[in-house]
Amino acid sequence: MERALAVDGSVGRARVVSRRRFLDESGVLIGLAVVALIFGALIGPQFVRAANLELMARQTAIVCVAALGMTMVIVSGGIDLSVGSIVSLSTVVVALLLRSGAGPAAAALGGVAAGAVCGTINGVLITQLRVVPFIVTLGTMLLVRGAAKGLADERRIEAPITWLNDLLRTAQDGRGLLPAGIWLTLVLAVLVALTLRYTRFGRHLFAIGSNERTARLCGVRINWCKWAVYTISAALAGLAGVMEYSKLSVGDPTVAVGLELDVIAAVIIGGGSLLGGRGSVVGTMAGAAIMAVIQIGCSQLGLQNWVQQIVTGTIIVAAVALDRWRQR
Amino acid sequence: MVEAVAAPPRFEMRGVRKAFGATVALDGVDLAVRPGEVCALVGQNGAGKSTLMAILSGALAPDAGEMFLEGAPYAPRHPLEARRAGVAMIYQELSLAPHLSVMENIVLGLEPTRFGPLAVVRRDRVRTTAVAALEELGRPDIPPDAIVAELSPAAQQLVEIARALASGCRVLVLDEPTSSLGHDDVRRLFELIERLKRQGHAIVYISHFIEEVKAVSDRFVVLRDGRNAGAGPTATTAADAIVGLMVGREVGELYRHGNRIAGDTLLKVEGMTPGSAPFELRRGEILGIAGLLGAGRTELLRGIFGLDPVRSGRVSVGVYSGPASPHDRWKQGVGMLSEDRAGEGLAMGLSIADNLTGSRLHGLGPGFLVSPAKQDAAAMRWIGRLAIRCDNPRQTVAELSGGNQQKVAVARLLHHDVDVLVLDEPTRGIDVASKAQIYQLMDQLVAQPDVGRVLRTRLQGGSKEQDPPYTRENSEAALTAGTEKRKAVLLVSSYFPELLGVCDRIAVMSRGILGPARDVSEWNEHSLLMEASGARAS
Repeated sequence: MERALAVDGSVGRARVVSRRRFLDESGVLIGLAVVALIFGALIGPQFVRAANLELMARQTAIVCVAALGMTMVIVSGGIDLSVGSIVSLSTVVVALLLRSGAGPAAAALGGVAAGAVCGTINGVLITQLRVVPFIVTLGTMLLVRGAAKGLADERRIEAPITWLNDLLRTAQDGRGLLPAGIWLTLVLAVLVALTLRYTRFGRHLFAIGSNERTARLCGVRINWCKWAVYTISAALAGLAGVMEYSKLSVGDPTVAVGLELDVIAAVIIGGGSLLGGRGSVVGTMAGAAIMAVIQIGCSQLGLQNWVQQIVTGTIIVAAVALDRWRQR
Repeated sequence: MVEAVAAPPRFEMRGVRKAFGATVALDGVDLAVRPGEVCALVGQNGAGKSTLMAILSGALAPDAGEMFLEGAPYAPRHPLEARRAGVAMIYQELSLAPHLSVMENIVLGLEPTRFGPLAVVRRDRVRTTAVAALEELGRPDIPPDAIVAELSPAAQQLVEIARALASGCRVLVLDEPTSSLGHDDVRRLFELIERLKRQGHAIVYISHFIEEVKAVSDRFVVLRDGRNAGAGPTATTAADAIVGLMVGREVGELYRHGNRIAGDTLLKVEGMTPGSAPFELRRGEILGIAGLLGAGRTELLRGIFGLDPVRSGRVSVGVYSGPASPHDRWKQGVGMLSEDRAGEGLAMGLSIADNLTGSRLHGLGPGFLVSPAKQDAAAMRWIGRLAIRCDNPRQTVAELSGGNQQKVAVARLLHHDVDVLVLDEPTRGIDVASKAQIYQLMDQLVAQPDVGRVLRTRLQGGSKEQDPPYTRENSEAALTAGTEKRKAVLLVSSYFPELLGVCDRIAVMSRGILGPARDVSEWNEHSLLMEASGARAS
């Protein structure tokens, strides 16, 4: 009897739950639509034309790639403030490798590896010293920035032109295909989303973020998971650095200062909770897109930078406040 | 003393009633304490002591009954009002601000100020108030400038009592005040209580330890199942008699005891704490560890399961030996249920399915993948088996009732299919129906199945009265049914009736020392309580 009741009940309510989950992510998607509509109305139809959309995608690709890693970190209840510095280190490493005669693929791999090394350091410090991630990554943010500047001798590093410079550029034949970098971002987004949803590692990240003591009781290897998540996040930041290099065509140790805040904002607007246990890739991507729309919309409206910053700041606070209100 | 006895009560509670839903926590309790008197409030866990004191201190409102303070009607709406009226509670968990100094803590919330609305704290008065309170305690040696976090637990407790005195308290409630104190500190606390008594304070002293009650109180009041179960002068009443009043009840029909046969040894623990007896846990038995709050039972379990480091001794699980992490223990077939359901046992924000399958996600999809559909199916199976009341497996556990949450936590061990279930207070704070189901489940896990019944259910159409025919296949089925995956349960509880009801053997832990495990027939509630409260040792 009991069983029958439970099974019967589940049919009706499963729909309710999936609707609620839909609402969870739909909130940010609706927000994106609203922001896009407002700017579309102000600017006119050219705002949503393919070329403009591609411009936005290109603008946001770097933040998106880094935000994929940050989503995983924030789901696990942590934070990584060092991603901006890692991006700059990665541009320097890529440029140095290209200049020393390495192939473009090897240079890109080097940039990603440099990021992964930084992430491993983050992970080891967080798990072994038992210092909170905020402090550890605040420290490595400066540390990595310093290392990048030292490596580059405080200068921009020029490097020969290769196909790496075309990562975020549309193909010349004009067939309307998106740049390779955007395809790469989309593929990674799908991979990260699947990892969070369908792998043991992903479920463990949610468990750690939701209640670390429970995760420990359940036999989750917390140190291993944390180390892995910071390494993956930093490797993705390294990849974002490769894309940044592609945009700049030089290695610049002073680039991407404060990028980590844009990245965190994308995750938070997308429904991630700094307390851990919540966050989704779809939300994060939409969050990053909202910021890109505001940025490009404002500049195409001829608004100055300060207006854009005020709007973005308002959106961040409003998004989180709305989310808390809906939770009640 | 003669004067004190003649005096009218400082406070009086008459016919206090309090129910939480269908559970009646207090059913018409009376309590009165005179000035200059130490009244011990004793009773087993769940007897209603905490609820009664929560009502006195304004944290809960009674459903019925009257309260008087100095003869005047008293009905605090919240704890601050009670504190202003002069009722101060000293809890087991200290409620001090650890980063502030001693004197800042003493005046916290009642800071003397000047300049009206500017409310600038008068530091000179803060100091004099604090020093006066510490002197009243007879402990002027505690520096008022010291940071509270740097003090010993005993000194911190004194600061808390000083805060109560500084706020002008007339009734002082001490809830298990000795649980975090060493021997000398306990003696000094008793001297202090004596001193406060002579100053004319009315003191309520709550303790599990009969020896302490004997040492410190003038009078005792026993609560049992939310009712007054007796009272009397402490000096002329034997410890035995007090314990008798606390127990006073027969073990009900709640418990099942199937056919249990102890098999091979699954868990062996030696010398985890100095002076403790070693124990073995065998397949097909429930071993109980009885002990009061703070006796060190939880620490023992956490050590066994690898949640806390093991400083000494040895834990062997089957063929494995030596220290292990929780991850290793699950792999070795040991699962643990935490006593702290909300803080550790369950991740409240996650779904039933995620909580239930959290320790064993492999097998729920190919390779390292996890299929949510398979997760839900696994969860549905246990939701059905344990009759967990919920709408669907994707609900968060926070939405469930306490009893159903606990069933989810138990189901995790069943889903993992562990051989050894380590259960820390599995029935704390849950309703009677859920309790009964958990007892029944524990029995099913360890008991030898009734071979005849197994076969009857296996052979469709077999009549219920008649045994199945003897065939080679049936006899093999009967043989395997007998040895089929029986488990072992290590059960820790401070509720002794349940230990006596479900266990095969019981060992008592008192003040960090575990006694030898003895057959359940050698124990009764009385002897368990005597042993656990240290009354036998004194």
